[in-house]
Amino acid sequence: MSYFERHVLESLIYLPMLTALVLVFLPAKGRALIRTVGIASGALALVGSLYAFLAYDEAVGGFQLVRVYPWFAGLGIDFRLGVDGIAALMVLLTGIVTFAGAVVAANRDEDPKAYYVLLNLLVAGVYGTFVSTDLFFFFFFYELAIVPMYLLIAIWGSSSVFPTFSRTKEYAALKLVLMIVAASVLVWIGIIAIYVQADAGTFDIAVLAQAAADGRLDAGFQRWVFPLVMVGFGLLAGMWPFHTWSPDGHVSAPTSVSMLHAGVLMKLGAFGIIRVGMQLLPQGMDDWSLVLFIIGTINVVYGAVSALAQTDLKYVIGYSSVSHMGYVLMGLGTLDSVGFTGASLQMFSHGVMTALFFTLVGAIYERSHTRDSLVLNGLASRMGWASGLFILAGLASLGLPGLSGFVAEVLVFIGAFRTEPVLGAIGIAGAAITAVYILRLVGRVFFGTPDKQWDNLRDLNLREGIAAATLVVPVVAVGIFPAPFLDVLRPGVAAVLAGIGG
Amino acid sequence: MHTDFSILLPEFLLAGLALAVLVVDMVLPQALLRRRSDVAAIIATVGMALVLAVTLLTARENTGFLYEQLLFTDRFALLFKVLFLGTGIAVSWMSQEYVGAKMRHPGEFHALVVLAVLGAGLMASAGELLTAYISIELLSFALYVLVGLGRGDRRSAEAVTKYVLLGAVSSAVMLFGISLLYGATGQTAFRYLEGLLDQVWAPVPIVGFALLVAGLGFKLSAVPFHLWTPDVYEGAPTPVTALISVLSKSATVALVIRFLAEGAMGYQEHWQVALVVLAVLTMTVGTLTAMAQTNVKRLLAYSSITQVGFVLVGLAALSEGSANAIALHLAGYAFTNLAAFTVVSMVEVRAGRESIAGYAGLASASPFSAMVLTAALFSLAGLPIFAGFITKFALFTAAAQEGLLWLVAVAVLASLVSLYYYLRIVRAMYVDKAEAGSPLAGRLALSPVSAALAWALLAGTIAVGVYPGPLAGWIDAATNALGPFLGT
Repeated sequence: MSYFERHVLESLIYLPMLTALVLVFLPAKGRALIRTVGIASGALALVGSLYAFLAYDEAVGGFQLVRVYPWFAGLGIDFRLGVDGIAALMVLLTGIVTFAGAVVAANRDEDPKAYYVLLNLLVAGVYGTFVSTDLFFFFFFYELAIVPMYLLIAIWGSSSVFPTFSRTKEYAALKLVLMIVAASVLVWIGIIAIYVQADAGTFDIAVLAQAAADGRLDAGFQRWVFPLVMVGFGLLAGMWPFHTWSPDGHVSAPTSVSMLHAGVLMKLGAFGIIRVGMQLLPQGMDDWSLVLFIIGTINVVYGAVSALAQTDLKYVIGYSSVSHMGYVLMGLGTLDSVGFTGASLQMFSHGVMTALFFTLVGAIYERSHTRDSLVLNGLASRMGWASGLFILAGLASLGLPGLSGFVAEVLVFIGAFRTEPVLGAIGIAGAAITAVYILRLVGRVFFGTPDKQWDNLRDLNLREGIAAATLVVPVVAVGIFPAPFLDVLRPGVAAVLAGIGG
Repeated sequence: MHTDFSILLPEFLLAGLALAVLVVDMVLPQALLRRRSDVAAIIATVGMALVLAVTLLTARENTGFLYEQLLFTDRFALLFKVLFLGTGIAVSWMSQEYVGAKMRHPGEFHALVVLAVLGAGLMASAGELLTAYISIELLSFALYVLVGLGRGDRRSAEAVTKYVLLGAVSSAVMLFGISLLYGATGQTAFRYLEGLLDQVWAPVPIVGFALLVAGLGFKLSAVPFHLWTPDVYEGAPTPVTALISVLSKSATVALVIRFLAEGAMGYQEHWQVALVVLAVLTMTVGTLTAMAQTNVKRLLAYSSITQVGFVLVGLAALSEGSANAIALHLAGYAFTNLAAFTVVSMVEVRAGRESIAGYAGLASASPFSAMVLTAALFSLAGLPIFAGFITKFALFTAAAQEGLLWLVAVAVLASLVSLYYYLRIVRAMYVDKAEAGSPLAGRLALSPVSAALAWALLAGTIAVGVYPGPLAGWIDAATNALGPFLGT
């Protein structure tokens, strides 16, 4: 392995951590410098992620770019890094969204120092979760990604007053963090139970997976631990009925936090189900897959119907995230190689698409100071670029061929029809509802004659433009040329399903 | 048998240091009188740092026991002595400003801190019941006086009254328990008790053991023996609260580990039930009551009760692994809690604030101290990259390995609830704005002396959290000195 191949994964974790550390020592008044450091760090992360993604050799498969550092011998914890095909794609997603988020965050006026420090800690946690192959570190970074959310939302978020209710940022932040941490309590118990039951004296995921294959994690054990892991991680993936933190959190969070949150953080949940649930508890996954499938289908329909009832742009996007993460859960529940591949691709597709949505909603909100789709109108003639890109994201969201959402959703539906056609049909109905709320929203907000009050709205500035462009590229690329992405996913998907015996 | 007194050189030096602080304070020349509290703090801090150096330099490979098992000077004792000296140094250091501003007896204050460290070190070394009892009393008496040193403060007077009265009762109960164990077996040395306890009429050792647990439970503030804790924590001068929460708890835990490991490991199935009940009660009551607190010191009191509950989980599942995990947890807890109290003490002295609501706006008045306190609270809540995450993880994993997974589930839940009340302080500091005219509306900063300490403690909290390997290796070597874990 070349020097870069050996160190790229750990660098992706150290880079945001070091950035945070450097920022702590920079004077708070040097805002331009702080923003430059923040964006530069995001750009480096994007380059590193792209490198890691391209360095993954799908012909070889398995875990690559592997590194092991001894850490805590007494408990058998090592700092183990490596990516399989699924993780490689997630690393790329993180790089893209991180860079876009760092650029958008520079638009904020108040106290960029603490903001970038927390944002970088969050990013370090996300990278760490995707590239850790030691169960302890997987959980370590998973928790690290959650912690900064509270402060990011509670300090820099916005409170909203709606006609019938209000959402303060403190409420949303507390609800989000307590619900996610409560779920991680289940994960924590599950992880300790797996470690003790396997009795291998190590947290190495490969060894623990072998223990599952050997039958040391017996079927009865897997059957009761799997639901803990499924709900624990599922909550972060927006799993119904534990999704309620997510729309509230999105509505109150500042733009760049929403982007990272919906773009990558929710993927950690689905990724956790794959890494811990499917790889370490294959028998449990087999027993519970139908439940996961059904819940995923409920997610799709429930999220779409809820989005239909919303008028606030962020609530619409928030519930559409719940709906789209449902496709991921459905795809995982199929235990079918096509469906599973679709689920993994949907994680990527939804990540960039929803980050794009939040970039644009943020831009509109900052200028018009409202997110109410009943008040906004005719923006296409005032903010041309923003409107065009929003419509593009909307079309990707409702699954227009040629954009990323189509490829991923079609694969999920094929997988669904190969296993449970009824659920697949219900899922497609969900996609139809998506078309209704997206097209209705687009029609109201962007077309028609604009009110006088929107005369002075300016289009996207340079920073927002760069962020949006970064996000549009993968949306289109996956849509018209999905092969390289699917090729990388293939060995990872095959290995996980082989463990389940499917 | 050793009768080589040079092995106890650090202990003699500590006793001498306590006297030296007092004497220097008495004979201080007129010119230095205004810097009286600084002089005492410097002598105590530097003196303890020197004793720490001597302790490490003169440490020998497990010398075994001294004087017919009265005292052990093994690596286990060494580990805790280092921890206690470190705690003593930090407390003397952080009280430099507090004592100068709020107290009239700096010499006595710092001398008593040194004596408390001495008592704690002896508790970790004690190999038989009476030595243990005397060491506990040495520590307790130092703490009784320290709690009452906040002269002119009625809460301090109330605190010391409660602490002394309840402490005396608990000591009496413990002594009665010891006398029963001695009466039944004719032995007080831990190692000789093992093997004798099941040869006598069963109720006597059971009652004796129960009384001993009650007495030690008081020192630990395990529920239901915890009722003194919030009042004493609130009323005591803040650095003394830090001292009680770290030093007195860790010393008692060290003593309990040695007693159970050396003297009662064969009866684990019997005492495990008692400790499991205590652990569940302590964690539940600690977390639930903490939620209702409005005073930061009281909240930290209940939070320390919860932390003791976590340690009890480890004690109930005592094995070499959990002894290691407990020691690691105590080390991480020392860094974390001392960091928190450094900031709490500063806010009390410079802004006169003790209530959670009073912390509003601290983040803009003093970004650094808000960051330190936030890091400490996140560490107490068990979040990464701070010490609390890995130490709790190790503790719970060790307990689960001994078959107590359900108890671990309770502990993890308690840990979740604790996050809620720690976030209340974080929210006050970062989200709420200081009201106009309050001391927190302008700038406020740690003195350079306290800031240096806060940096060191913060670095320690993070170092344990991101790279515990070396410390854990050292701890593992230390617990190997305990009889039942010898060479394992």
